[in-house]
Amino acid sequence: MRAHAMLSHAATLPKKLVNAPLSRRRFLVGAAATGAGIAVGFRAVPLAAEGEATGPASPFQSYLEIGEDGQVTVFSSQFEMGQGSYHGLATLVVEELDCDWNDVQVVGASGNLATYGNIMWGGTAQGTGGSTSMATSWDRYRQAGATAKAMLKAAAAEAWGVSAEEIEVEAGMLRHVAGGHQAGFGELAAAAASQPVPGEVALKTPAEWTQIGNPEVLRYDRVGKTDGTQDFTLDVQLPGMLTAAMIHPPKFGATLVSFDGEAAKAMPGVVDVVAVPRGIAVVAEDTWSAINATWSVEAEWDETEAETRGSAEIMSEYRALASQAPTALARDDGDFDAALAEAAQVIEASYEFPYLAHAALEPMNAVARMNEDGTLEVWGGHQIPDFYQYLSSQIAEIPPEQVRMHVLKTGGGFGRRAVGDGDVVVEAVSVAKALGWRAPVKVQWTRENDMRGGRYRPAYVHRLRAGLDDEGRLVAWDNHIVGQSIVSGTPFEGLIQNGIDNTSVEGASTLPYAIPNLRVGLTTTDVKVPVLWWRAVGSTHTAYATEVFMDEVIEAAGADPVQFRLDLLQEHPRHAEVLRLAAEAAGWGSDLPEGRFHGVALHESFASYVAQIAEVSVEDGQVRVHKVVCAVDCGVPINPDTIRAQMEGGIGFGLGSILQEELTLTAGEVDQGNYDGYRPLRISQMPEIEVVIVDSPASPTGVGEPGTPPIGPAVANAVYRATGRRVRQLPFEKGLTT
Amino acid sequence: MVTFTLNGEETSLDADPNMPLLWALREKAGLTGTKFGCGLAQCGACTVHLDGFPVRSCQTFVGDVEGAQITTIEGLSGDLAATVQQVWADLDVPQCGYCQSGQIMAAVALLSEMPSPSDADIDGALEGNLCRCATYHRIRAAIHEASRRLEA
Repeated sequence: MRAHAMLSHAATLPKKLVNAPLSRRRFLVGAAATGAGIAVGFRAVPLAAEGEATGPASPFQSYLEIGEDGQVTVFSSQFEMGQGSYHGLATLVVEELDCDWNDVQVVGASGNLATYGNIMWGGTAQGTGGSTSMATSWDRYRQAGATAKAMLKAAAAEAWGVSAEEIEVEAGMLRHVAGGHQAGFGELAAAAASQPVPGEVALKTPAEWTQIGNPEVLRYDRVGKTDGTQDFTLDVQLPGMLTAAMIHPPKFGATLVSFDGEAAKAMPGVVDVVAVPRGIAVVAEDTWSAINATWSVEAEWDETEAETRGSAEIMSEYRALASQAPTALARDDGDFDAALAEAAQVIEASYEFPYLAHAALEPMNAVARMNEDGTLEVWGGHQIPDFYQYLSSQIAEIPPEQVRMHVLKTGGGFGRRAVGDGDVVVEAVSVAKALGWRAPVKVQWTRENDMRGGRYRPAYVHRLRAGLDDEGRLVAWDNHIVGQSIVSGTPFEGLIQNGIDNTSVEGASTLPYAIPNLRVGLTTTDVKVPVLWWRAVGSTHTAYATEVFMDEVIEAAGADPVQFRLDLLQEHPRHAEVLRLAAEAAGWGSDLPEGRFHGVALHESFASYVAQIAEVSVEDGQVRVHKVVCAVDCGVPINPDTIRAQMEGGIGFGLGSILQEELTLTAGEVDQGNYDGYRPLRISQMPEIEVVIVDSPASPTGVGEPGTPPIGPAVANAVYRATGRRVRQLPFEKGLTT
Repeated sequence: MVTFTLNGEETSLDADPNMPLLWALREKAGLTGTKFGCGLAQCGACTVHLDGFPVRSCQTFVGDVEGAQITTIEGLSGDLAATVQQVWADLDVPQCGYCQSGQIMAAVALLSEMPSPSDADIDGALEGNLCRCATYHRIRAAIHEASRRLEA
């Protein structure tokens, strides 16, 4: 469904971006640098120099490279923000290539849509989102590994005068036992490079897998994350580089009238103060001097077009809208109104969700350098590199193929680094340009820039109504969602179909329960607070509203929360299985220690199915989540340890958000600036977590996001059992006390 | 000019005494393993050891470390630190990894003071170290496991 929707958005992208001849120079350069190494599908002709790039000769082009030293470099189309995508893609390559994990490194790739375009998005853009990394890579990277292995075997067969079929490959070594031959991948890399690319290669069968599904395969990059050697954009240092700190408008939509940077310029280390379209940049020789001097800049802003409402006023307007008719319907099965009129029992509730910040630990940043040859290089956590390449080229007034994007691992993302207008990336290029390209520039946001920089999970109000018949059967369900559209006004606007931005309703419109009369409506609001996808996107609120309301309905029906759901899931075996597994592992229905209560929730997002059961106590109004049992079906479990880690992390991320995270505005200005006001989960609040992974044969789906949605409703449903109170306003700090 | 012992070596840095130690370490001494997360001692990503105690280097000023012993993630040494780092890898703790230098510095300091910390001790020592990926579950397990290995 999402993939289908994404297909249509190409039409709304800037035409130049879609048709841009995307540079492959990076990989050619990379290949040349390793001398006679083998790059799968590598072509010796510098395509960028030819101007118009052509499609790749094979789908395996530029996915990996083997150096003469035997080092295997995987070029990842998927962005690494902590979710383990690099490791996942490497696992697919290692499985088929049979190389040694110690020889593997992964680097971020970009600049070739045909090669790196996200298949789940119809190949229309390279990007990471919607937990699609493994789905888009599943065939590509296994094929790449298998193809490279076939070429290595062919090279060995030629060198040794034996049949390729007789050659065994293991841990980066090729052997012909009968002939007494053996060689490492590196020794044969050059010869392998000149072998013809085989048209078809056989992939291993599941029975032959040694890496896929192996819980002992741990992340290849973990050591560098324990000794301080893992670099991020923060750590990019270039000769002569200057650092810029940003001053943004105090309200969203305000524009700069004038500024006085003279006092700041007089401060030690400060090089310049320049205006760029998104604000004012204080440029200095070092980061602290730049940040420190921002306080000395005087600025006047025009707030005529700015958002001046506070979040309380915005929510109040949403409440009023929620009781009116929706402006568009996302789903309309049967006849809700008629069914409700005949219902024996009517249940009604509203749920309110605040703005949420991504608040990743690495504050937003990017680095830009114009080179003497007229090429521009941009370093950063480029979640959608083609967009950023295009935007950078527009600012620099050069063709996109002259912009080289360095995609770096980022210190947490959660969706924040996929922004249609490229915010911090655009700033880095704009500041470098404003300085006359005289030095490389790193723009480094402060925590306050990051917290107040917009792009929040939108605030929403959900109004739900349901009807039970006289036998307690759920016959009618209506869910009206009120809030901002994430894609409206962005290059992704084409995703809106018939007035519905799917990111506003996903999870609610896809409710799996068999309810004959089911209506989901949407009222999209017009607010100038910038919003964005936030780990699990629509499901961050739809899962809560639907699964808490479902428990309210089940209570009215006098039924068991697990059994009632199962009865409505006859047509959805994967939903039902994770629910059954979680209930079984948690001991649903059995006695708990005094003062402990279970709550359950089930939600599918991005085609992964997750059920969670939370064990909760509430003392003096303090909610304590002791344990969470989580069952997940994400298709073939490629990296069980990563799946477990993402469920754990997704639960912690979601738990912090429902307990205490809230981004508020007063008269258009964001109230929180740092982690003292905006408070993610801390270690003392982290529950014990048990993860059950379904050993599914289905095509792999993602795990970066789907662990997050169920935890809120699972905890809320347990809190109700503990206190008799339904938390209908988030966060709990507010909703449990008011 | 400020002179102190940095990772076991006497070091002189030409830095404004009001510059936070974090930025001096990163941009004057070239040690980038210590991360910037908040600038307000709210996240712990910049945790280093000052005379063996964990401090937030974003709120420690260079002028105040004259003559002190500063240890960063790059300068960790000895059996205890090596065990903690090894366990961190064995339990596959990091996700994005950005906060982990600070987490490890806090964990090493805790285990140096308290060889067998309870869950409450761990909470007390690491509450100031934010992990937005929420790897807390494994951090806790890693500290207990490191404690076990060090006692064995």
